[in-house]
Amino acid sequence: MLDADFFRRWMTATAESVGREAERLTELDSPIGDADHGINLRRGFDAVADVVAEKVPDTPGAVLVLAGSRLISTVGGASGPLYGTLLRRTGKALGDTAEVSPEQFTDALRVGVDAVMALGGAAPGDKTMIDALVPAVDALGESFAAARAAAEQGALATTPLQARKGRASYLGERSIGHQDPGATSAALLIAALAETAGE
Amino acid sequence: MKMLINVPETVVADALRGMAAAHPELTVDVENRVIVRRDAPVAGKVALVSGGGSGHEPLHGGFVGPGMLSAACPGEVFTSPVPDQMVRAAAAVNSGAGVLFVVKNYTGDVLNFDMAAELAEEEGIQVAKVLVNDDVAVTDSLYTAGRRGTGGTLFVEKIAGAAADEGRSLEEVRSIAQQVNDSSRSFGVALGACTTPAKGSPTFDLPPGELELGVGIHGEPGRERRPMMTSGEIADFAVEAVLEDLDPRNPVLVLVNGMGATPLLELYGFNAEVQRVLTSRGVAVARTLVGNYVTSLDMAGASVTLCEIDEELLRLWDAPVRTAGLRWGM
Repeated sequence: MLDADFFRRWMTATAESVGREAERLTELDSPIGDADHGINLRRGFDAVADVVAEKVPDTPGAVLVLAGSRLISTVGGASGPLYGTLLRRTGKALGDTAEVSPEQFTDALRVGVDAVMALGGAAPGDKTMIDALVPAVDALGESFAAARAAAEQGALATTPLQARKGRASYLGERSIGHQDPGATSAALLIAALAETAGE
Repeated sequence: MKMLINVPETVVADALRGMAAAHPELTVDVENRVIVRRDAPVAGKVALVSGGGSGHEPLHGGFVGPGMLSAACPGEVFTSPVPDQMVRAAAAVNSGAGVLFVVKNYTGDVLNFDMAAELAEEEGIQVAKVLVNDDVAVTDSLYTAGRRGTGGTLFVEKIAGAAADEGRSLEEVRSIAQQVNDSSRSFGVALGACTTPAKGSPTFDLPPGELELGVGIHGEPGRERRPMMTSGEIADFAVEAVLEDLDPRNPVLVLVNGMGATPLLELYGFNAEVQRVLTSRGVAVARTLVGNYVTSLDMAGASVTLCEIDEELLRLWDAPVRTAGLRWGM
């Protein structure tokens, strides 16, 4: 079973990972976006790590709702509302129980990913964070490690795609040949989850 | 790359402190990143709030003042502001007559303003929204996030601001803003990429002998790259691209906008070519504005925006305005 502390550690691990990878994310965002994905996400997850440590929310749902709200109020751009909605909706779907099973979490995360698709209007294959998140949720029933591998694979697979949503979509065919920074950061989030679970 | 900054993390806050010092007619909340005209809320008048990433100055903070915006929310460089800023701005300027959000069509701006509208309405503030999407370089299709909002934003903010000053209702101001957007089209070219403080090097590589056609205002590449052209050839290409999409029967407002690093000597020369093309196409020009208004940091290049107007819109365009970046008649 997964408790609030697990989810706090997931958020902290994500902040550390995004901090380490911020420059790479910005580098990926440079040819097809505006070269700020890393710095924006780092600012947001640093704030998340601070707030979950300071307020010590006591249920898994509360940790994720608090983290999502914090992302919305600190990140800006499209990443703020999209990542914020992912965590908030997942957290709300978990309800107020003190512990959740991996199966319950998988179902909740699917609710969160669906909310992101509804908000951004993106579907798999549009070269967005969805291309890492959907395979990750599908594999999560198997194990955290499988979700991590699926997310990383999904991020890599965005390279040959043409972007249809977000700023990269304005480049049309010129977006082909670059790995999507949003899918890459989504893979970091899932990798941090596997790391927290010790997988 | 040399930049006149301290550290990338404080670029926006530092600029706001400097803006506050230069413009005592504005209330600048540096911590919460909201710029408000000092006399707000103006009793009985609809308020206009806009915002977007920083790096486009004078847009939007430079357009706050009588006759134009009531407040602006600057985000991080090229990153939309967050809903908290927009709600704070709306609350500061709402006189009870409602608030119009002027939003450029970028996914981040749209999502954050939508969230802000929901929150503001929960606080009892009546909110309407206009989405600016004037850039003809992007085809509005299912396969993109829609057209970008660029130079047309200035026309929307000025004309809707004048309508609000006259005491029109929120729905009337929104409707005029929509009309201006629907009548505006832009096309931009870059002669060089820009450098964001966070990255510290140009966002894309543009060799000396080439230019990018169809660029936006975030240092992203355009729709195609060609060998460098003359000012006259660029004007032919840009104006034709706009006129393919806008067939004006009435006179137009012209904005020849610098992207940040192109001097006025070149912009005025480019404007001469733009006017030549418009004349040859039989398009009557009512007013022309030349300068750096909707910029992209230190990007070299320019954009052309045309807005087809009627007598009413021209009267509102000519109405007095007093802001840091645009000022006439008062």
